[in-house]
Amino acid sequence: MCGIAGLIWKGGVTSDIGSEMTQMLQALKHRGPDSTGFALYGKGEEGVYVLRFKVAEQEDMATGFDIHKQVIARKAEVDTRLEEMGADVTGREDATEYAYRYHFKFSGDLKRLIDFIEDIEGVEILSVGRGLELIKDLGDATVVSEQYGLNGFVGTHAIGHTRMATESDVDIRSAHPYWAYPFNDVSVVHNGQLTNYWTNRRDLERRGHRFMSNCDSELIAVYIADRIDQGDELESAMRRSIDELDGVFTYLVATSDQLGMAKDVMAAKPMVLYESDEFVGLASEEVAIRSIFPREIDTWDPYQGEVKVWAA
Amino acid sequence: MGSVSTSHEMGLHEEQLRGRTQQMFFSATEEENYTYPWSYEVDFNKAADFDAADMSIAEINVKIRELMQSGHGTITVKNPRAKHSLGVGILNRLNLNFEGSLGYFGCGLIDGPNVRISGRVGWSCAENMMAGTVVIEKNAGSLFGAAIRGGDLVCKGQAGARVGIDQKGGTIIVGGSVGAFTGFMMQRGRMIILGDTGDNLGDSMYDGTIYVAGKIASLGVDCVETELTDLDKKYLKGKLELYDMEAPNGIDSIVKLTSGKQLWNYDNLEPTEKKLVL
Repeated sequence: MCGIAGLIWKGGVTSDIGSEMTQMLQALKHRGPDSTGFALYGKGEEGVYVLRFKVAEQEDMATGFDIHKQVIARKAEVDTRLEEMGADVTGREDATEYAYRYHFKFSGDLKRLIDFIEDIEGVEILSVGRGLELIKDLGDATVVSEQYGLNGFVGTHAIGHTRMATESDVDIRSAHPYWAYPFNDVSVVHNGQLTNYWTNRRDLERRGHRFMSNCDSELIAVYIADRIDQGDELESAMRRSIDELDGVFTYLVATSDQLGMAKDVMAAKPMVLYESDEFVGLASEEVAIRSIFPREIDTWDPYQGEVKVWAA
Repeated sequence: MGSVSTSHEMGLHEEQLRGRTQQMFFSATEEENYTYPWSYEVDFNKAADFDAADMSIAEINVKIRELMQSGHGTITVKNPRAKHSLGVGILNRLNLNFEGSLGYFGCGLIDGPNVRISGRVGWSCAENMMAGTVVIEKNAGSLFGAAIRGGDLVCKGQAGARVGIDQKGGTIIVGGSVGAFTGFMMQRGRMIILGDTGDNLGDSMYDGTIYVAGKIASLGVDCVETELTDLDKKYLKGKLELYDMEAPNGIDSIVKLTSGKQLWNYDNLEPTEKKLVL
């Protein structure tokens, strides 16, 4: 029973989506207290990639042998490999002791660069994008938001997730949102269970896709990435997923300028939708949308098998 | 009336049992058949309202009970802000108005009150309602009126999936469309859908009646169309007029659906036993 939320300001309007998503996810805390994740889409700079990566799990930091030295070594190795591949790192920030945010310029094959960095033990790239910043950690929305300083993040759209771990462990690698490796700026959050996870995972792995966790929700991100790779538009990829993914699910996908939702044919997982001329808000429960719109609003539940996509 | 005195009044602390059922000897007046012995005496003309914006769910529900206790028969709750589980478990005569939307499980387990909600409701509204009326001006979520046993449940907007799942009585009226698996395993009662329906309407229904004015995406297992009689038309006309609603193409265009009863195997032998007999 996870909670998911999404928001998009239409017509290129920007807003403090960091605070808005934090409030929405905090209102959904009762749906999942294990971890919270944000995928925030800012404007970004032309030609500059934002890289979010982590070099250890929160649990490792508390219990791991010699972990602090390892963290420094792993980060140094990332720096070396970025330089080796010819990436021009223009900014380095420590989000936490074990998670970092880099800005870099790069003109080569991005997938090769990503693969080369992730080859380092313990290193996982959370996201690469021009606008996307993907933040996930253990704790509720306020805790994660404060830890990573998300209040005041200005952007056009965002998705978020509060997780109640049912299918896999409580750690950062199993937390949502998932980034659709290796496509920059694509992220997914999911509420539900997929029953044909292993069949699809083996199929996608044979085609060269990478899985970082054993969480069934990661499959959706990889599936969408695979469809985009084969030339599908976001909306047609999502429509196809309704037939090809089995189980109960409601999920949200965001790209650099779009936000989409899809619901399985049983309509087993909730989704409340609010749409106005300038804003679209989606959440598992109306309380989340009400946390940013206290006034009376008209909302409805999308039906089974429905797919909707909005542009920023 | 606190919980201690309630149990004392029911005779739970005395040797000689007294009570409404096995506990008390009584000559039932007509009134007594419609109220619980612990119900509050309320006056519909005595009205009260309060702002629920900054109150917790428990505080709001307790406040409603306190107002009933002090004899208020008309209570208006302002700014419910889509909080969950509001107005649940009310076993009393009461006019309850919500000026705004409710979250999940709104007005569940009620017996008696007349509720009006000016906004929308989330999942599982009026679950297991025994009697009374609930009228919602806007949309409703999934599992609308799950397992209701009596009363009228009216949604003037659209409702989600699995409307009236396990319905055991009463009437559910939806002004707009409904989602998949509406009337799933319905056992008794009536459902009136004025809009379109999703897939598998009335799947595995045992009994009861579903009236549909719009398009039906597909019928579930053992749900069959039957003749709309004059009695049905009269009933529909009366019910819809009561809530100021109209069938979009007139009452004659409404389709009546009931159980084909092909799945009724209660009196038959088990499949394995059949083999033995044959």
